[in-house]
Amino acid sequence: MTQAELRLCSLLLQEHFGEIVEKVGNSLLRTGPRPLRLLVGDTGLLPDQVKKALCVLIQHNLVRYEVQPRGSVEYEARSERILRILRYPRYIYTAKTLYGDPGELLVEELLLHGHLSMSCAVARVADRLTETMEDGKTMDYSEVSSTFVRLADTHFIQRCPMVPESPRSAKAPPPPAPALAIAEKDMYIVPRLSLVGKGKRRHSCDEEEEGEHKAKRQKQEGGTSETPPDDGIYWQVNLERFHQHFRDQALVSAVASRMDQTSSEVVRTMLRMSEVTTASGASHTQPLSSNEIFRSLPAGYNIGKQVLDQYLALLADDPLEFVGKSGDSGGGTYTVKVTRGPGTSRAPPGPFQHPSLIPLLPHRFGSRCARIFRLLLRKKHLEQKQVEDFAMIPAKEAKDMLYRMLSENLVSLQEIPKTPDHAPSRTFYLYTVNVMAAARMLLHRCYKSVANLMERRQHEMRENKRLLEKSQRVEAILASMQATGAEAAQLHEVEEMITGPERQQLETLKRNVNKIDASENQVDETIFVLESFIESTVKRP
Amino acid sequence: MAGRGRGRGRGQMTFNVEAVGIGKGDALPPPTLQPSPLFPALERRAAPLPGGEEGEYMLALKQELRRAMRGLPYFVKPGAPRRDIERYSDKYQLSSPVDSAIDWNPDWRRLPRELKIRVRRQRKGRTAPLVPKQHVALDKEETIKKLESLEKKEEEVTSEEEEEKEEEEEGKEEEEEEYDEEEHEEETDYVLSYFDNGESFGPDSDDNGDEAVY
Repeated sequence: MTQAELRLCSLLLQEHFGEIVEKVGNSLLRTGPRPLRLLVGDTGLLPDQVKKALCVLIQHNLVRYEVQPRGSVEYEARSERILRILRYPRYIYTAKTLYGDPGELLVEELLLHGHLSMSCAVARVADRLTETMEDGKTMDYSEVSSTFVRLADTHFIQRCPMVPESPRSAKAPPPPAPALAIAEKDMYIVPRLSLVGKGKRRHSCDEEEEGEHKAKRQKQEGGTSETPPDDGIYWQVNLERFHQHFRDQALVSAVASRMDQTSSEVVRTMLRMSEVTTASGASHTQPLSSNEIFRSLPAGYNIGKQVLDQYLALLADDPLEFVGKSGDSGGGTYTVKVTRGPGTSRAPPGPFQHPSLIPLLPHRFGSRCARIFRLLLRKKHLEQKQVEDFAMIPAKEAKDMLYRMLSENLVSLQEIPKTPDHAPSRTFYLYTVNVMAAARMLLHRCYKSVANLMERRQHEMRENKRLLEKSQRVEAILASMQATGAEAAQLHEVEEMITGPERQQLETLKRNVNKIDASENQVDETIFVLESFIESTVKRP
Repeated sequence: MAGRGRGRGRGQMTFNVEAVGIGKGDALPPPTLQPSPLFPALERRAAPLPGGEEGEYMLALKQELRRAMRGLPYFVKPGAPRRDIERYSDKYQLSSPVDSAIDWNPDWRRLPRELKIRVRRQRKGRTAPLVPKQHVALDKEETIKKLESLEKKEEEVTSEEEEEKEEEEEGKEEEEEEYDEEEHEEETDYVLSYFDNGESFGPDSDDNGDEAVY
């Protein structure tokens, strides 16, 4: 865990869960797994506060616990999961694009609460949707539950590990902590529930309209006050699946930018067909025959079978090797190469390398630097003179750029001595790019920048706290006056309480905070790409 | 041989400087004598942020999420800071059950047993139902009633014993008032029962006190 990661984790915890949880999380992150009493001693908080914080963290899957052989329970923080909090808006937005409003709200509720049971989640989402609908209309549970089932079928949400059902003998004392486990195949099975009901509004005036359904609702409510039918089955968001989806999106857009729209559609179809069958860490999708692909193409694309075959051949022959041909049965079977190809002699770069490292460079160093960098990536090792020749950049500038990149550790020098005594005049000095090191360094920088952005945003809010509180009060007054029906003159008078310069200050503050937030989102995208790249390369057997 | 180059001409390197490209006589940058500036000058402006519908939606989502998470029970607020002087209004502030309870109901079967916070024993147990009792319906009326009873209590220190007795009887009927009275009694420095109003001594004080006693 680097310092930058630690700092970012603690900032995220503090912003979303408060200071007590932040202290507990910090202690766990810095010193590793420990039992409860050490934690209490370390943080200096009251034991009850620490217990509360641990409950919150476990609820949100940020901390896991393990029973040690000596009988104590040790808690361990999961730093990579804490960093995912940055990505919550992206998950929710993706769910919205795929499954509409019910899907979006379901994912949001699951993320906000860590894990929920199906009945609880469906009820909450239906209530929220009902709030936004017009008067008189309510959201039926069935629509929400069908979206839930679809989310589970495509593996976007999964079941949490369950409490073991084995009955304990009366003599043996119950273990201090349950050992939760779940089989892979059970993870996506939705329990058979008949959830009947409609969303409820908070206003009491609507109760009369639903009078006829009152009997049903009472039965429903009576059911929930006792144990609900799916007691003990909790659901959580499957972040890996979302990551897979983002990766597929990146692949498709890379293909589209390299070739054309139709080929990207072909790749998208192939990926969609193998969504559920591909394990999350696999490097290739399952082989798909071109007949299957032809059948699954979206209706709008009326391309003939031969055209499809031609596209597939083109994709397979492409030096970037997005698609590989793996057999001839069924008109040719093809796979999509999702990560960097292991063990191939040319080691073609995966779609991640180019999109990530290269666009960062022109912004910091200039487009010529980017040219040199790309050149080095391609040719692996080059001498000073060769760099100048290939990149077609005058010597002085090339030197300058190379040294700058060298000082930033993006390129490195490799010495190849001609003589055993390593005399400098008789040694080759080659410039090269160590991709993994450069990627890790950039990732570290990204974490640092997000942490800086967050701190700056908090600073801005703290500076203008007084003004923000005043504006909130004025808004509250305005709202209450409008509700009781005041005249325009009175409203105007209340609005005048905030003077012109103050209004401007508020505007500037809002603009700045929005900018900072948008930058955080953007840096998070880069973090995702870099992390996936590092992860996929490291996993190589 | 090893020490030959040392001291002669600054900037001697272990490798041949010309190979890397720094020719003889080229001006090297001056040595840095201080740490690099906190905000180095930006050579080129950063690229514009991705706007568009997606960017704006995610921005709104992010801010919404932040706001929502602050309101959830998972946001653990630190306990109310102990004031240096106990103020009268502290009694009326509806303080949340800090530190000693969890606002939401986790599934205790899934958590280690040691994390379960026990409900405190009897003494504090009375405060626990006390606080939620205040939340129960007819909030205002309760407080008004309480205010009135406390007003009376204030007067009673200088007024008749009968009222005090009445108060105590009323107080015994409801747990809260009894508890408050005890608290009230404990808070003052003087033991209330010490103050003998002098009722049992001499004629009734219903008359004007100004008149002389014969």
